[in-house]
Amino acid sequence: MLAPLHKRLLNDYQQDFPLSPTPYRDIAEQLGVSEDEVLNAFQTLSEQQMISRIGPVIAPNSIGNSALVAMAVPEFDLPRVAELVSAYPEVNHNYERENRFNLWFVLIADSEIHLKAVIADIESQTGYPAMLLPMLADYFINLGFELNLHD
Amino acid sequence: MIDAIDYQLIAAVQTGLPIAARPYAAIAEQLAIAEQDVIERLARLKTLGLIKRWGVVVKHRQLGYRANAMIVMDVPDDRVARVGALISQQACVNLCYQRPRQGEIWPYNLYCMIHGKTRDVVLEQWAELRHACNLCEYPFEVLFSRRCFKQRGALYARPIANGDGAVPCIAGESRAEEIKNKQSFGMHA
Repeated sequence: MLAPLHKRLLNDYQQDFPLSPTPYRDIAEQLGVSEDEVLNAFQTLSEQQMISRIGPVIAPNSIGNSALVAMAVPEFDLPRVAELVSAYPEVNHNYERENRFNLWFVLIADSEIHLKAVIADIESQTGYPAMLLPMLADYFINLGFELNLHD
Repeated sequence: MIDAIDYQLIAAVQTGLPIAARPYAAIAEQLAIAEQDVIERLARLKTLGLIKRWGVVVKHRQLGYRANAMIVMDVPDDRVARVGALISQQACVNLCYQRPRQGEIWPYNLYCMIHGKTRDVVLEQWAELRHACNLCEYPFEVLFSRRCFKQRGALYARPIANGDGAVPCIAGESRAEEIKNKQSFGMHA
């Protein structure tokens, strides 16, 4: 399904995408293909929604304040609450999970005060309490995501 | 350490580098700075650790990784750093954080994430992880994701120079784009 070139592009450039004036040409040279092939392959991966972007992953809490937030919402009311939460520009991810705490979202704000204000607003808008779970320590060192694309 | 241009640069690249022959030159033009300045600033932000990684961000679900479990554990506080470091070295885990306990309603303090192609594979990996890292004595819960209501790369506020409470200036990403992206995965907070 995925061409060998696509697999290499997906797996090998998650950490250190070239920081040079012509990064796609550098990749092409490394992989022994043409620059156009690399550009076309990335375009395809992007159109097919296999990559979100070529860009930065920012270290948590290095810019602004972020926190994971959990809410226990009755099943019948989940669509309303989820939509309300998703509408905040400060919310990046918003998932339903299988648990009594069934709504989990990530908030990023420019300060702790702003973050707490948004949570207070969400609680009053939805009528349910929110559990604030800021990160205390990040233990992860292996970066990126190794894909098994052989099957 | 980092200046206003660095923030503008992060805002300009956080939704993605252009797929074109001279992508950094395109960003440089937007910010009215030199291409080499863009490259040097990004390299420096990476060295500083503010950019944790610079590269291709994949969409797990589109690539067949449809089962996503957040696992929460209750580990004694004096062991949490050691256990967290150990879990982080396991290949199947792609995030591992300590977060505060919430009393009796939520006694968990250690979180990790496993993405897999199926639910069974994820549960198998979790069982192996528990044995490999000696986690069997710690209470835990496995929370598989169900619906994804919103997903996008983190968008960061740009500080305003007037010092009077920064107003979030979010680099635009349309609602349609969010809907289009909502089948994807990842959690970075």
